[in-house]
Amino acid sequence: MTDIVKRRLLSWAGLCAIAATAALVGCGKKDEPAPTAAAPVASAAAAAPAPKPEPLKAAWVYVGPVGDAGWTFAHDLGRKEAEAKFGDAIKTTFVEKVPEGADAERVIRDLATQGNKIIFATSFGFMEAMLKVAADFPDVKFEHATGYKTAPNMRIYDASFYQDTYMAGVIAGKMTKSNTLGFVGSFPIPEVLRNINAYTLGAQSMNPKVKVKVVWVNTWFDPAKEGEAAQSLINQGADVLLQNTDSSAVLQTAEKNGKYAFGWDSDMSMFGPKAHLASAVANWGPYYIKAIEDLKAGTWKTERTVWGVKEGMNDLIKIGDMVPEDAKKRVEEIKAGLKDGSFEPFTGPISDNTGKERLAKDTKADQAWKDKIDFYVKGVDGKVPTGK
Amino acid sequence: MNEIALLIAATIASGTPIALAGLGLLLNEKSGVLNLGAEGMMLIAAVAGFATAFLTGSDLLAFAAGAAAGALAAAFFGVLVIWMNTNQYATGLALSLFGGGFSAFVGAAYVGKKLGERVPFEVPFLADIPFVGPALFKQHPMSYITIGLVLAVAWFLYRSRAGLVLRAVGESPESAHALGYRVRWIRLGAVMAGGALCGVAGAFLSVVYAPLWVEGLVAGRGWIALALTTFATWRPMRVLLGAYLFGGVTMLQFHLQAQGVEIASQLLAMLPYIATIVVLALISRNPAWIRINMPASLGRGFHPNS
Repeated sequence: MTDIVKRRLLSWAGLCAIAATAALVGCGKKDEPAPTAAAPVASAAAAAPAPKPEPLKAAWVYVGPVGDAGWTFAHDLGRKEAEAKFGDAIKTTFVEKVPEGADAERVIRDLATQGNKIIFATSFGFMEAMLKVAADFPDVKFEHATGYKTAPNMRIYDASFYQDTYMAGVIAGKMTKSNTLGFVGSFPIPEVLRNINAYTLGAQSMNPKVKVKVVWVNTWFDPAKEGEAAQSLINQGADVLLQNTDSSAVLQTAEKNGKYAFGWDSDMSMFGPKAHLASAVANWGPYYIKAIEDLKAGTWKTERTVWGVKEGMNDLIKIGDMVPEDAKKRVEEIKAGLKDGSFEPFTGPISDNTGKERLAKDTKADQAWKDKIDFYVKGVDGKVPTGK
Repeated sequence: MNEIALLIAATIASGTPIALAGLGLLLNEKSGVLNLGAEGMMLIAAVAGFATAFLTGSDLLAFAAGAAAGALAAAFFGVLVIWMNTNQYATGLALSLFGGGFSAFVGAAYVGKKLGERVPFEVPFLADIPFVGPALFKQHPMSYITIGLVLAVAWFLYRSRAGLVLRAVGESPESAHALGYRVRWIRLGAVMAGGALCGVAGAFLSVVYAPLWVEGLVAGRGWIALALTTFATWRPMRVLLGAYLFGGVTMLQFHLQAQGVEIASQLLAMLPYIATIVVLALISRNPAWIRINMPASLGRGFHPNS
């Protein structure tokens, strides 16, 4: 076949492929609508009393894939809980793997135009995009996770992972034999520093000699790198690891080396049966249910909601059998203390690792103090990388 | 002392996938075809390898599946680029992007799945030698196979007739064609062999190194291998050196962070890239050396009737 014929054939084939794909995408659905039990219309329910109210449409925007067994997976479980609770009264949709940036705006705008009355964006990087769209859709309620900007129709919500890491620290302090703990950190932002500090304080409460080493991988998710970071911590003597990154690689590396680690974002016990001490998880379901209830009742208002163990938002689950009874008991005590508000992980005196006092004796840290943490507490090796 | 031994061991493990991919790309490029789709091939192979390991429990089959997947993806690329004469850079990029999406789609069912328990491998007597043992002899067999492959490829390229023909095709396909060699088939062979090696690298990542599958597991290592091949001026031993250097400095910077060294982690994260570029650029700075080793027809299509 001559060149020209080949080329023509190729371009026709290409055009047909593009047309077919466009048709498929147009006719199919980009996001998966929840299978609603909503009335198969026809129905012999001749005596159908009052007409059914239109289901409330709610949408979720995810930064990662639902199957990541981590951050996004947990949010999707929350969405499913809301669906189960409200049944026919709501109709949920979600869009996954939305990159933070210009695409996010397009997706959120699209969801608002489609008639969704409440939209949840589950990653910090969606903040600006959501703010822009909120300005254009005053009737729609926007909810942003882990952010800090609000608008009359946009509010923010967050979890308190540091409560989980404090309890993990309590267990780690008891389980460590080398008195060195390791932490694989994603980015040196206040939230992660808070988690590291809570881990250290928790461990020190059981074992004052504990030291914590931190390695930053500068990504939320890169299993190979997380594994390498974990290995380098283990090589330097750390025998209990915690992470702020989203894959199970750290736990798997600990298992391979006969050390201990915790699961993060979801129950990771199956990835390291001998190494898994507990998993720090977030349950977003209760908050999503509350937000939708607010909307239905007309009591929705702009505010910042930070929930923790007390409201059922955070928990440390699947504590392993290898953990001694006294540590388990202490964790239960802490959970009870968090539930009735009597216990605060960040209670003074707290000094940073240069010796400067950061919280006075017997003072309980308030949310503002916790939001602005930019230091390591005493016992953590190294200096916080200032990466403004 | 023990820490240094462990650092060396970690270096070898970390550098192995990059070395394998770099080697595959080297074969590719020696024939004159530039395959920018390394990342895509590694991703497809990673998911194929993981799925196979999960379903059959056999590492060997997993590596074979990875190699086959890589070779298949490369063959697809090869037919487009060698027979249809499409632009090599664009097609390679398309393969990378396609690989990313395709692997995510196919792999959706395998996210969060776990492979069976693995017995850590040790070379029988040598692993007990005090320092050298833990440093060099406790690697997964694939690390040793990689070193063997590098030597094999070096021998193949510079000491065998077939390698000479390959290099000739890469230097001047017109002359090779005039001599009667079937340039396009040789190029396809090189492309597929390169794809197979990239595939093994991808499977190594998902079956041994991580070991799990999630979207984007390869996280840019394919691109690193591409750059590495160029900076190593298409010499197999330098590719291996560059890969170990990259892996080594990566582990070193984690090591330094864990030590509490007071350099910002972001700067330390740049170190592997800077170190590899600087070292390789320095040892290959002779322009004559570069001219000798760079395949002259790299990136250019060949048409037998033109």
